[in-house]
Amino acid sequence: MNRPIRRVALVVIIMFGLLLANGTYMMIFRQSALAAEPQNRRVRDAEFAQNRGSILAAGKSEIATTRASKDRFKYQRVYPDGRLYAPVTGYYSYDRGRTGLERSYNAELAGTDDALFIRRLVDLATNRTPQGASVQTTILPDAQRAAVRGLGSQKGAVVALDPQTGAVLAMVTSPTFDPNDIASHDIEAAGEAYDRLAKDPEKPLSNRGAREIYPPGSTFKLVTAAAALADGKTADSMVDSPVRLKIPGTNTYLTNSASCGGTKITLTQALKVSCNTAFAKVGLDLGQDKLRAQADRFGFDQRHLDDLGGVASKFPDELDDAQLALSAIGQYDVAATPLQMAMVSAAIANDGVLMDPYVMSMAQSPDLKPISTHRPKVLSEAMLPGNAEQLQQMMVTVVEEGTGVNAQIPGVTVGGKTGTAQSDRKRKPFAWFTSFAPLDDPKVAVAVIVEDASIPRDDIAGGRVAAPIAREVMEAVL
Amino acid sequence: MNSPTPVTVIPRKRRGVELVLILIALAITLGGYAIVDYNVTGSLSPVFSTLAGVWVGLAALAHAAVRWRLPYADPVILPCVILLNGLGLIMIHRIDLINTPPTNGARQQLIWTALGVVLFLLVVVVLRDHRPLQRFTYTLGLAGILLLLLPLVPGIGIEKFGAQIWIQLGPYSFQPAEAAKVLLSVAFASYLVEKRDVLALAGYRILGLDLPRARDLGPILLVWLVSLAILVWQRDLGTSLLFFGLFVMMLYVSTERAGWVVLGTLLFAAGAYFGYLLFSHVRLRVTAWLDPFSDFDRHYQVINAQFGMAWGGLLGTGLGLGRPGLTPLARSDFIAAAIGEELGMAGLMAVILIYGLIVVRGLRIALQCREPFGKLLAAGLSFALALQVFTIVGGVTRLLPLTGLTTPFLSQGGSSLVCNWIVAGLLLVVSHHARKPVPTVTEISATEETQLVKVAS
Repeated sequence: MNRPIRRVALVVIIMFGLLLANGTYMMIFRQSALAAEPQNRRVRDAEFAQNRGSILAAGKSEIATTRASKDRFKYQRVYPDGRLYAPVTGYYSYDRGRTGLERSYNAELAGTDDALFIRRLVDLATNRTPQGASVQTTILPDAQRAAVRGLGSQKGAVVALDPQTGAVLAMVTSPTFDPNDIASHDIEAAGEAYDRLAKDPEKPLSNRGAREIYPPGSTFKLVTAAAALADGKTADSMVDSPVRLKIPGTNTYLTNSASCGGTKITLTQALKVSCNTAFAKVGLDLGQDKLRAQADRFGFDQRHLDDLGGVASKFPDELDDAQLALSAIGQYDVAATPLQMAMVSAAIANDGVLMDPYVMSMAQSPDLKPISTHRPKVLSEAMLPGNAEQLQQMMVTVVEEGTGVNAQIPGVTVGGKTGTAQSDRKRKPFAWFTSFAPLDDPKVAVAVIVEDASIPRDDIAGGRVAAPIAREVMEAVL
Repeated sequence: MNSPTPVTVIPRKRRGVELVLILIALAITLGGYAIVDYNVTGSLSPVFSTLAGVWVGLAALAHAAVRWRLPYADPVILPCVILLNGLGLIMIHRIDLINTPPTNGARQQLIWTALGVVLFLLVVVVLRDHRPLQRFTYTLGLAGILLLLLPLVPGIGIEKFGAQIWIQLGPYSFQPAEAAKVLLSVAFASYLVEKRDVLALAGYRILGLDLPRARDLGPILLVWLVSLAILVWQRDLGTSLLFFGLFVMMLYVSTERAGWVVLGTLLFAAGAYFGYLLFSHVRLRVTAWLDPFSDFDRHYQVINAQFGMAWGGLLGTGLGLGRPGLTPLARSDFIAAAIGEELGMAGLMAVILIYGLIVVRGLRIALQCREPFGKLLAAGLSFALALQVFTIVGGVTRLLPLTGLTTPFLSQGGSSLVCNWIVAGLLLVVSHHARKPVPTVTEISATEETQLVKVAS
């Protein structure tokens, strides 16, 4: 019977070998996927009890930090001025996930990033509690506060960029929420707070600055003007500006909200008074390809600011003449985020060079060694420098003499463009304003959008409601 | 005429080796228990010295009995068993400490361990020789089958997780399959030794396979039907696999006919397939095996075991520093997962290898044994252990679907622990008789004159 016993021994060895191989397979291939599962309570509880790194605004002020706590989780996430920086930090919760920078830089903040591996080993050996890296943002607290003050209780968003580097200086959305409510250690209360916010029809959790798109209205005329300049026109070229323009293929007429000052005016004048018919005609003459190309050069149809989950603004694909005419004045299906419109102004102010917007400038390990740094990057050349300078002048005229007078800052040359967008008769119109300052060495480009019921359906609404907010933000930066 | 000088092989008793190994096992287990106490509560529990005393006492008793009655027994099996049993106590203690106030699982397990050691001593001291067991083939066999089918009796049989393999007597629940395992191993072994020539030689050749006569096939079919009954009515794939596998293996070893293995595998596969089609319980287990994340609530146990082992990683979180309590039934069915979490995959693999060591030593005993009953018994018991470990650890680590089998020596449960100690005792008994010196026969010189016939000079 020995031979069969030996064969049985072989079978036994194979069985045990399979067990060991399965264990090895699990460690090599399945381990990281299992650790990343959102329902993994072990990992979640361990993470929630960690000394998470801080998120800092410019000037090293903490906008999200961790403090020791006495309850079952050893550390508590605290957001000083939570409501002020909510769209930037996002929230960090036990079982409702993470958003914003808390999500995009979770590995660094939690200290599980590969770059912190050595440090974790050292912490293990010296029995120190491991600490996460800190994330430095480009947000200026003063600009952020000015934006919040300006918006007040109105619904809308403000985005401010540095035209020369692309750094995001302010990102505010209203209404907003307090991330402290969701980061609470009282899991039930935190869950309830989140559910309440998620169900709120005013959508306080959404980041209107980078993740919601709206029809840009007359602010889109900047893009149309840029396309016209690229096509050979100059600031002084004369364009047709009839009192009303028949929309091709229909029986409706496009009108202007105020007199354009003649039936043939300069491009500058058209921008100054925000003449609908003039720009519609310019758009029709350019054709959709040139207009789309110009929009894309400004960053349309592309996602920006992935850290905050930025969405792409869009310029529609196939347009007939009627749709083209409306798109040229920022109606029909054109939709942009406030971030995108700020990028338009920024590109124009920066002599035509569009910089890639970013909000994280540096991640630093707990012993202050930089783990990663962001260098400003050129996204595209939206306009030739000569054309950009002309458009800059045109925007200055808008602020000094045209619809944007409410954005004037004494002693500073400001360029801007107003806009009022109607999406449909039933929805409230949006008041837009986008601007940059100062002309010579641009330091800030802003876009403001306000959704409000009390905006009259005329074009000077943008100047009246949104421009002052932009002015406050620009003053805070300068 | 020269008488050939008798060749004497002096077998060594190896009890010293066993003592050293037992001391190592005791050091590991006592150290582990202390680590759990320090890591979880910060200081040694006040009952530690009592528990340590009892534990060391039990080990000493077992070793002394083997030294006295079975001096030639295999030295590796008892230390391995002590180590596994101790690891089980450590993990159950650690899981006890999760609750406030701590539950008494470890103390209960220690009491069952003591009972197991007592029965071990009975086997070693009283039984002493496995050969007389051959007289009770049919009695033991019938008792084993009855025990297997006992959970079907309404009133005492209870259902756990869809499978009906437990019985409840008062406050104690008891898994008769474990006792049946021992009884049926002995019964199969002695039956097959008796009948193996008949089974192997008298029969018909069908399709190239040698099959025995119907009358000899009878008991085999009976066993197959019982195994099928376990699957169908008790709905536990693991127990039915264990018994069926054990029987097929013993048939193969005793008759040296590979046809039995082929036939057995096909029969079992057919049974498993029909079980899958007919029983939602089996389907649930298979889904939990193949795609556990499809339903978080229903496959909660398997998913959490996976999370736990992944969190432990290669070296584990450390005794007392993991969260094995998040996996339901961590102290019984999923104790291998708790070990995987706290001692790491390396620790779990070490435990698997200790089981492997016991199995390999058992098979070695089977090879060394000089008579067929001992060979078959040792081989059968070892293979049963191997199959059981493969099935349950495989189920916990998602190599196979989960079944209701216990993890020998580790999981909390009196019936399993006691019966496995008996298995260890039996293996040692067989190994003693396998290795003890054969009385040497001296040649009787035929040159001397006998006194019967006097040659007249």
